[in-house]
Amino acid sequence: MTAHHDTPFTVAGRTFGSRLLVGTGKYKDMAETGQAVAESGAEIVTFAVRRTNLGQDADAPNLLDVIPPSRYTLLPNTAGCYNAKDAVRTCRLARELLDGHNLVKLEVLGDDATLYPNVVETLSAARTLIDDGFDVMVYTSDDPIVARELEAIGCCAIMPLGSLIGSGHGIQNPYNVRLIVEQSSVPVLVDAGIGTASEAAIAMELGCDGVLLNSAIAHAREPLRMARAMKRAVEAGRDAFLAGRMARRDTAEASTPFAGRING
Amino acid sequence: MSTPNAPIELRLNGEPYAINQGQTAADLIAQLGLTGRRIAVEINEQIVPKSQLDATALNEGDQIEVVHAIGGG
Repeated sequence: MTAHHDTPFTVAGRTFGSRLLVGTGKYKDMAETGQAVAESGAEIVTFAVRRTNLGQDADAPNLLDVIPPSRYTLLPNTAGCYNAKDAVRTCRLARELLDGHNLVKLEVLGDDATLYPNVVETLSAARTLIDDGFDVMVYTSDDPIVARELEAIGCCAIMPLGSLIGSGHGIQNPYNVRLIVEQSSVPVLVDAGIGTASEAAIAMELGCDGVLLNSAIAHAREPLRMARAMKRAVEAGRDAFLAGRMARRDTAEASTPFAGRING
Repeated sequence: MSTPNAPIELRLNGEPYAINQGQTAADLIAQLGLTGRRIAVEINEQIVPKSQLDATALNEGDQIEVVHAIGGG
């Protein structure tokens, strides 16, 4: 029982059992969103802030009805922001929307084609938000020097991309992710690029504290099944990391003893 | 001289919007059918807390954003 002890995932003083964080975009409807999030076991769930569609049926289902703030830790993102000012405004709107909840996912994008983070604007926004009392989990490139800078200014989690947002190309530079893990004293999560369960497991085997993903579940043929796969992959990858993998060898080594074989 | 209750022009979520003079942010939210909904309001790039919607008068040319939560990653 205690043989499989793990410390809980802690970010900005909040503690969680699950190391899988999921998004709520791209699902076919609210019901599927709610079911996939539940199936994933995630406790931290991202969402976006957008203009209310005026004139629309005010009784239309609201995301926060299927992802209630009483049950989940909501993580507003700044997706769609291309400069620090818009990202800061979006975070302040989100804080008002969630009655003062101050944990945010900061992402400031560089261009439409790559959605690659603009780290100059990201650093600027992070400074403003931290001064304003936000706990900032930050989406960034896999550059360890930028990651170190973001930690130094007070970000509560560093979230390098595995590959481009929505690409499903997995972790393109595991060596950089490992460098960031080794140097950081705040949680490191791979955010973006995970396409399937094995890639989530790899992130955890590299020593990441968690994984944030959305499209890999929402765009799977069966999202609910993939949500469960991701949950198990993150758990398996975490256990494999804690267990410590065997050393690689260049020659074979039999698992079965030679002594006592009938042809001996 | 402006006529009492003559409409004033706002920009609401990026679109022109006319409302009678003397209305508050809370009146606007009520007109939109959004009272009690999970929304956040910003006027001229400043957050207006829910508790202050009642006390916030609207002025000609105000840039108003009303936002809510949607799915995102």
